[in-house]
Amino acid sequence: MAETDTLTTSHSVALVHQFDDPQQQRQAGELGMWVFLATEVLFFGGLFAAYTVYRLAYPDVFAAASNELDVRLGFVNTLVLICSSFTMATAVYNAQKGNRKFLIVFLCGTVILGLVFLGIKAVEYAQKFEHHLVPGLHFRMEGADQSKAQLFFSLYFAMTGLHALHMIIGAGMIFVLILMARKGRFSTQYHTPVEVGGLYWHFVDIIWIFLFPLLYLLGRSTAGH
Amino acid sequence: MSEKIVSIKTYAIIFISLVVLTVVTYRVALIDLGVLNIVVALTIAATKATLVALFFMNVRWSPRLTQLVIAASLFWLFILLALTLADYLGRGQGWTHGLRYPAIP
Amino acid sequence: MSVTAERQLRLPKENYLTNNYGIKSWLLTGDHKRIALLYLASITFFFFIGGFFATVIRLELLTPRGDLVQASTYNKLFTMHGIIMVFFFLIPGIPAVLGNFLVPLMVGARDLAFPRLNLASWYIFTIGGLFVMYSVLSGGIDTGWTFYTPYSSQFSKSSVAAAVVGIFITGFSSILTGLNFIVTIHTMRAPGLTWFRLPLFIWSTYATSMIFILGTPVLAITLAMVALERLAHFGIFDPTYGGDPLLFQHLFWFYSHPAVYIMVLPAMGVVSELVATFSRHRVFGYKFVAFSSVAIAVLGFLVWGHHMFVAGMSVYASLLFSFLSYFVAIPSAVKVFNWTATLYKGSVSYDTPMLYALGFIGLFVIGGMTGLFVAALGVDIHVTDTYFVVAHFHYIMVGGTVMAYLGGIHYWWPKITGRLYPEGWARLSALIIFVGFNLTFFPQFMLGYLGMPRRYYEYPPEYQVLNVFSTAGASILAVGYVLPLIYLLWSMRYGPIAGPNPWPSTGLEWQTTSPPPTDNFKVMPVVTEDPYQFKPEVAQIG
Repeated sequence: MAETDTLTTSHSVALVHQFDDPQQQRQAGELGMWVFLATEVLFFGGLFAAYTVYRLAYPDVFAAASNELDVRLGFVNTLVLICSSFTMATAVYNAQKGNRKFLIVFLCGTVILGLVFLGIKAVEYAQKFEHHLVPGLHFRMEGADQSKAQLFFSLYFAMTGLHALHMIIGAGMIFVLILMARKGRFSTQYHTPVEVGGLYWHFVDIIWIFLFPLLYLLGRSTAGH
Repeated sequence: MSEKIVSIKTYAIIFISLVVLTVVTYRVALIDLGVLNIVVALTIAATKATLVALFFMNVRWSPRLTQLVIAASLFWLFILLALTLADYLGRGQGWTHGLRYPAIP
Repeated sequence: MSVTAERQLRLPKENYLTNNYGIKSWLLTGDHKRIALLYLASITFFFFIGGFFATVIRLELLTPRGDLVQASTYNKLFTMHGIIMVFFFLIPGIPAVLGNFLVPLMVGARDLAFPRLNLASWYIFTIGGLFVMYSVLSGGIDTGWTFYTPYSSQFSKSSVAAAVVGIFITGFSSILTGLNFIVTIHTMRAPGLTWFRLPLFIWSTYATSMIFILGTPVLAITLAMVALERLAHFGIFDPTYGGDPLLFQHLFWFYSHPAVYIMVLPAMGVVSELVATFSRHRVFGYKFVAFSSVAIAVLGFLVWGHHMFVAGMSVYASLLFSFLSYFVAIPSAVKVFNWTATLYKGSVSYDTPMLYALGFIGLFVIGGMTGLFVAALGVDIHVTDTYFVVAHFHYIMVGGTVMAYLGGIHYWWPKITGRLYPEGWARLSALIIFVGFNLTFFPQFMLGYLGMPRRYYEYPPEYQVLNVFSTAGASILAVGYVLPLIYLLWSMRYGPIAGPNPWPSTGLEWQTTSPPPTDNFKVMPVVTEDPYQFKPEVAQIG
C-alpha cells in the first residue's frame, strides 16, 4: 500500500499509518519542523557570515550605504512582522482551544500582515531601482566607494530577497491552513499543522529581527535619522 | 494531550515588549556610541529573538530535544563565523584597523 | 550457508515488491523500501556515468602528452567526474539506498516518519541530476567539482549556472533524507529499543543525518551566491568590488569537508554490521563505536581550512585547522581498533560481504593515515594539488565507501530481493575490485610524492610508468564493477530463495520475511535484549 495520508474519520485526528498513536505523530511533526528550522539557520547563516566578513572589512562604506536604505519603512516592517507573530500565536491558541472562527480570523490577520510586509518591501525595492542602487544595473551611489557599496547592496538584496521568498512561502502555507480550517480539519485533538506552521512563521520573523539592525541601523548616528 | 496552552495575556505582554524593544533599538541607533552601537543592537535583537522563541514558539515548555536542536544550530553557526573570522582577523592588523586583504588595496 | 534448507523456502506471497503493480505504484509510492530501490536505480546510473568520465581520464593519462583530448576538454572531464561521483553517488549512496531501506526495519517501524517527504527527496534528487546532465550535455563544466571563484563566478564560459542549480536542488534531497532519519530514530523506535540497543548502522546514519542538516544548507546558499554572481553580477566574491574569492572557499569547504564524513560514516556503519555478523561476535566496545560516530560528525565541522593551506589563508588559521585536523582521526582509529577486536576470537567466515568489510578496514587505514600526512602543514605544502591528495581521497572514497556500499548491497540483497546472489562470482568480483583498486591508486601516492600535479592532462615522461600501472588497474577495477551489475540483476530472477535470515544474523530486519511485507512486520516487534547477541545454536545452522 502506498498510502500516506488518509483521514480516518473514526478518530478526529487524521492518524497516518506509519505512526502508532496521535501523540507520536504530533511529536514527529514538531521535531521535524524544528530540524528543518535548524537547516534554515545555517542557510541564512552563510549570508550572515559573508555579511560579517565584509562589514568588518569595510565599516565606513557599509555605514554610508546603509544610510541609503529607508529606515522608516524598515522600522514599520519590523513592527508589522511582530504584529503578525502575535496574530499567529493567537491563531495557534484558538486552534488549541478549538475555536474555529477565531482561528480563521487570526490566520487571515497573519497573512494580511505578511502581505503588507511584502508590499512595503516592494516599495523599498522600487525605490532602489529608481535611485540606481541595484548592483549590476547602472549602480551609482553618491559619495562613497562605489565598488564596496555595491557589495553592501548585493548582500542587502540577497538577504532581504531570501527573507521575502520565505515570507511568500509562509503566506502560501498559512493560506493552505486557512482552507484546512474552513473545512473543519482542526480540533482540540488535532491541530499540529497550525502549530508547526506557526513555528515556521515565527522563525521568519526572527530572521528579520536580525536583518533590521544589521542592514538598516549601521550608520544612523551619522545620518541623523 | 500534554500540551501547554499559553494565555493570550502572556502573548500580549511579549508582543508589547517586542514593540518597545524595536523602538529602543531604533532610537539608540541614532546616538553615536562608537563600537557599542553594534553590541547594543545585537543584544536587543537577541533578546527579541529569545522572547519570540521562548513564548511564541513555546520553547520554554518544549522538550529538551527541541532545545538541543536549537542550541546545536546556533552553535554550528557560531563555528562557521568563528573559524572563518580566525582567517580574516589573522591576516592583517587585527581588530583596530579593520581587515586587510593582502592583495587588495 | 544453509543450502539444503533453502530449497524448501518460498518467497512470501505478499511482500512489498508484489503487492502492487504498475509504474504508478512505483513513482507514487510512499513505501521506504520502494523508494530505496528508486534511489538504487538512479545512483547506479550516475555511478556508471561518473565511471565513464574516469575511464576517459585514465586513457588520456596513459601517455605523457595530451593526445586524446584537448586541455579544455580534460578540465571538463575531471570536473564532471568529481561532481557526479561526489554529489550523485557518494553523498546519497549508502544513506539513500541502504538507509532508506533499513532504518524503519532496524528500529521496528512501519515506515519512515514522513513517507511523502521521502518520495519528494527522490524526485528532487532526480531533478537536480537532470540539471547537471543538461550541464554535461550542453558543453560541460570546467571549474573543478570545487567551483573555486573567481573562475566559476566570472570567467568560466561553461555551463556553471545549470550545474550549481542542479547541485543546489539535490542538496534539498539530502536535507529531507537527513530530517526523516533523525525524526524516525528519535520518535519511532520499537518498545524496548533504547538508544544503546540500536544497531551501529543506525548510530552512523544518525550522525550522518546531523551533517546533512547542519552542513548542506551552507553549500546551498554558497552555490546560490555563485549563481547570483554569474547571472546578476552580485560581486560577493569579486575583488573588484572588495569581495574575497577565499570567502567562497571557506563557505564551500564548511560543507564539503563534513561531506566526506557523510560519505564515510554510513560506510563505517555498514562495516560494523558486517564485521559483527561474519565473526559471529558482538561489536567490541559498542558504546565507543557509537560515540565515535557522533564525534566524527561533530569534529568534522572544525577542520575545513585544511583544504586551504596554500590558498592565502592566514597562518594562524592554518595552524588552528591543522591542529584540529589531527583530532578527527582519533574516533576513526577507535572504530578500527574496535572492529579488529571484534574479529579477534570471533568465528570468522569469508563470505562476500566480509571480504568487502575487510577490504574497507585495510584501505581505510591507508587512506586515513595519509590524511594525517596532508594535515601536517609542511607536508601539505609539498603534496597539495598533487596526485598524493588524489590517492588519499580515493583510498577513502573508493577503497572505503564504495567497498562498504557493495558489501552492504550484497549483505542485505537477500532481504531486499528475497534471493541469494551467486557467491562464487561475488567473491571473484570482490577480489578483482581489491586488486584493481590498489593497482589504480597506490601508484598515485608515489606520483604525487614525486610531484605530479593533479588536474593536468599531460605530464613529464618520467611519470609514465606509474601512470600506466594506474590505468591498467582502472581497467581491472572496471571489470570488477560491471560483474556485480550482471550477476545481481541475474539473481533477482534466478537466484536461490534466501529465507528470512540466511546468514544468519541478529537485528530486527532479519526477524521478518525476505522480502518484507509493505508494513515491514506482521507483528510489531518488542526488543528485549542488546544487539549482536550471536548464540551458539545460530552458528551451527551455517
